[in-house]
Amino acid sequence: MSIIEVSGVSKSYGGVKANHDISMSVEKGGITGLIGPNGSGKTTLFNSIVGYHPIDKGSIKFEGKEISRMQVPQIARLGLLRTFQQTRIYSAMNCVDNMLISLPIRKMRFMDNFKRNTPEDHERADRLLEFVGLYEKRFLRAGSLSFGQQKLLEFAMALMNEPTVLLLDEPTAGINPTLINGLIDRLKRANSEFGITLFIIEHNMRVIMNMADSIYCLAHGEMLASGSADEVQNDQRVIDAYLGAH
Amino acid sequence: MSMQKTGFYGVLLAIIVAAPFLFPDFSTQLATLWLFIIVAMTWDMTGGQMGYNSLGNIFFYGTGMYVAAVIAIALVYDVGEYTGAAGGGRYDFTNQQYITGFLLGTLGAGVFCAVSAFILGYVLFGLRGPYFAIGTLGMAIAAGELVSNWDWVGGGQGITLPVYAGDFDQTKLFIYFAFAIVGVILFIFLKWLYSTRFGAAINAVRDDEEKAEAMGLQTLKYKLVTWSLSAFFIGMVGGISAFQLISFEPLESAYQTINLGIFMVVCVLLGGKGTLWGPIVGAIMFQIFKEVTWNYFLGWQWVALGALIVVTVVYFQDGLMGWLMHKKPEWFGVRVESKDDTVAEPAE
Repeated sequence: MSIIEVSGVSKSYGGVKANHDISMSVEKGGITGLIGPNGSGKTTLFNSIVGYHPIDKGSIKFEGKEISRMQVPQIARLGLLRTFQQTRIYSAMNCVDNMLISLPIRKMRFMDNFKRNTPEDHERADRLLEFVGLYEKRFLRAGSLSFGQQKLLEFAMALMNEPTVLLLDEPTAGINPTLINGLIDRLKRANSEFGITLFIIEHNMRVIMNMADSIYCLAHGEMLASGSADEVQNDQRVIDAYLGAH
Repeated sequence: MSMQKTGFYGVLLAIIVAAPFLFPDFSTQLATLWLFIIVAMTWDMTGGQMGYNSLGNIFFYGTGMYVAAVIAIALVYDVGEYTGAAGGGRYDFTNQQYITGFLLGTLGAGVFCAVSAFILGYVLFGLRGPYFAIGTLGMAIAAGELVSNWDWVGGGQGITLPVYAGDFDQTKLFIYFAFAIVGVILFIFLKWLYSTRFGAAINAVRDDEEKAEAMGLQTLKYKLVTWSLSAFFIGMVGGISAFQLISFEPLESAYQTINLGIFMVVCVLLGGKGTLWGPIVGAIMFQIFKEVTWNYFLGWQWVALGALIVVTVVYFQDGLMGWLMHKKPEWFGVRVESKDDTVAEPAE
């Protein structure tokens, strides 16, 4: 069953057609990959899904509900969350505060805002920080962490929010190669243990081929190929696109 | 609360209560100090904690003055007729009427300002950064001009309020304690508010609003509630100020954008943005600075003030508390990176 249903989506910036007639779907409970050369429109598609800009044409459905006209916080509150390519965390706060602020507020009433965080909230924050390997650093200012650590923190914050679907924009970019294996493992566990559907943009082929159940490949703003990792890897058009023959 | 903290707050409260009796000659200055503390703390709610620098909070102060005055008068007389006489004629208020007018007036001013902040916020919170600052400034200036052309509330002449028929010193004490009570309530309220999830949420708006939205925080709601709460308290002290000044007019005393409207920002900058104590410390520093320059450097006081602003903004951006936090982070419970700077490997 597909949880995100994109059909016929187009988006232009002035004369640049960033996305042209894109159709795809993300299976519930799975890991879906999105690849493509630089400038092929991957991030634009992500931004369209989470409501950063209005789309020109087409429809985007989340759990059967049309979301293409909704705004960013509304979509996030449905449980469709994204992380950023350029990591975004609250740099003046420490890691624990970053986690606590990411509590799933959509599951609370507004008046719950005027309560303090419970010991259970703190415990969950600590557990997830441990999960991504930042427990030792939990009281440090988030801004003082390295870029890779900030990415891990952002990932932990997303998990804290208990999303149904998590859109990850290049989760391994800028991360030390020795840490990447650990990150792959955690992404898989987030999927299998927490039941979070993942939709991942990734440039590292080893990473995405290793994880994704199905992969879509974009080139020049159009859907080039889709299928299992093997199918996409052996597709001549994909190879050409990456080598610049397209 | 620990013994030390209880003791600290106890001593503080004793000083607050004793101050006007120990320094009776300075009770007006002390009342003004409270005014500065309160407007600085309320300014910091949006400016420091939420990252929205308003230059128009003076709007709520001026509006609070007018609302309180109108309520107090309307309880006894016809407002148009009263202001039409412009302080002339015989309009007596009994002390009972004065007290009722004072209480209902200041409270009504707070409520009115909170509601207007909510409505104005819908439009103004579409603006970010410097545009928000300019937008709010425009709102305050426009309001001053509109009110000064509105005859029903006295036009450019303003309003002269009833005077309490008691001893003059008694009135001064009454005003001092009215400010002090609002200030203490505001402090307790903010200390609590900043410890809740709400406080964390407005900090998130300040640090990265786009991220906060992406995490599902309805940022507009938080911004509106924060500004309304802040406007409620400014409106109330505006009301108290109206009774303190007795006679006020729209441009110089109510919507005084270049005086109090800027002072509140300077207080916060001096003390440190985004901290609980910063605005209080800053307001005290500023009141001392202002009293000294206005008394001993008369004629140059605005130059001195300008120099102070320039020096603060250029060299001392984080204010006193920010500077302390930077120098002594451990005093504030902030931990810094230890020497062991390796990435913690995950526990497999």
